[in-house]
Amino acid sequence: MRYIRPLSIEDAVGQLAGSAGPAAILAGGSDLLVRMKGGFVEPELIVDIKGIPGFSDIRETAEGFSIGAAVPCAVLGENAVLKKAWPGVVEAAKLIGSKQVQGRCTITGNLCNASPAADSVPALVAAGARAVVAGPSGSRTIAVEAVPTGPGKTSLAKGEIIEAILLSKRAARSGDAYLRFIPRTEMDIAVVSAGVNLTLDEAGVIKAARVALGAAAPTVLLVEEAAEALIGRKLDDAALERLAKVCSGACRPIDDKRGTIEFRRKVAGVLAGRAATTAYARAGGK
Amino acid sequence: MAGIAVSTTINGDAVEYLCQPDEPLLDVLRDRLGLTGAKEGCGTGDCGACSIILDDRLVCSCLVLGAEAQGRRIETVEGMAHGETLHPLQQKFLEHAALQCGICTPGFLIAAKDLLAKNPDPSEEEIRFGLAGNLCRCTGYDKIVRAVQDAAHVMKQA
Repeated sequence: MRYIRPLSIEDAVGQLAGSAGPAAILAGGSDLLVRMKGGFVEPELIVDIKGIPGFSDIRETAEGFSIGAAVPCAVLGENAVLKKAWPGVVEAAKLIGSKQVQGRCTITGNLCNASPAADSVPALVAAGARAVVAGPSGSRTIAVEAVPTGPGKTSLAKGEIIEAILLSKRAARSGDAYLRFIPRTEMDIAVVSAGVNLTLDEAGVIKAARVALGAAAPTVLLVEEAAEALIGRKLDDAALERLAKVCSGACRPIDDKRGTIEFRRKVAGVLAGRAATTAYARAGGK
Repeated sequence: MAGIAVSTTINGDAVEYLCQPDEPLLDVLRDRLGLTGAKEGCGTGDCGACSIILDDRLVCSCLVLGAEAQGRRIETVEGMAHGETLHPLQQKFLEHAALQCGICTPGFLIAAKDLLAKNPDPSEEEIRFGLAGNLCRCTGYDKIVRAVQDAAHVMKQA
């Protein structure tokens, strides 16, 4: 096993692409080290990306925000401008693990770990976040929902690295929110979760919406029918009822020790409604 | 076997060591450097017994590679007391009997130190949330919370 800390993205990509055996990218390590310890992965090469310039920075750009792949979630929570623009994304990222884990874990790692229950991913999907992927054949930008393809699996090819997550500049009268169900208040994995992102017109009518569900299918679900249930309406009881019904119907969950299929379906609808209510209020809706 | 040469700073002292690429910092601290304050409870970042402060961030040392400490600044429980004088948190843990077996205590002390550095006047709720990444299986948490509250009070007056 080798550990390297490349100082450029080209070097990191080259090392990953050229590695003969399995290679792993290390940012916060809160998934990787646990999997190595458990014997689930045995990388021949560990590429620590924290030395690459820009990877540990949150940048405000003309288009919005660029969150480097090595930025710990604790740092997201300390960025007042980001928190104000994207409170749902930040509150989701802040739910991952403990204080100790927050100091290390990253939203890029949460995305690439490809757990259906990843907390930050439904919020990122709802936010329409994009991932900048660097690879041997150049750079491409893809929707975050295109990254996980199943539990523990991603669409990234050998040698590819996500270098940053992009969030758009906030349109006026917009708000987002993320909620999860867990049996305790801290330090647990979502039984089911929902992220909602809304933009309103001047009259408080929803003109854009994205709704995503976590732990409800093999990958985080973007529920387009849920958006359709909201667009063109105010968030009244009828809209909320329709949203809950559509979300419950869109779930393809499993039965496991954390929750049954029936429970997950029901709670997905409830959480989507509550997250929509918070997002609506944050967007200035009344 | 050769290893990766690492130069780092631990509790203010320059330290150098060799480690293996997959060796957790916790193992380096305990087995190579003799700093056995940080404990291995779970080894998977759930219990907080191995908590240390790395460049002003509270982390689990079981989830950091020894190789990653190159050029960084580490604080462990061994650096809390000044000679024979205990840190106020250590003194208050003793006075409030906020420990029984003691395995979790170094992690709680470091996590509480980090908490008070960032929030010198935390509410009970903030203490409970701030220490949620540290598990204690014998004392229960009330005495720990009271010790931290008392230490915060003393530290504010200092």
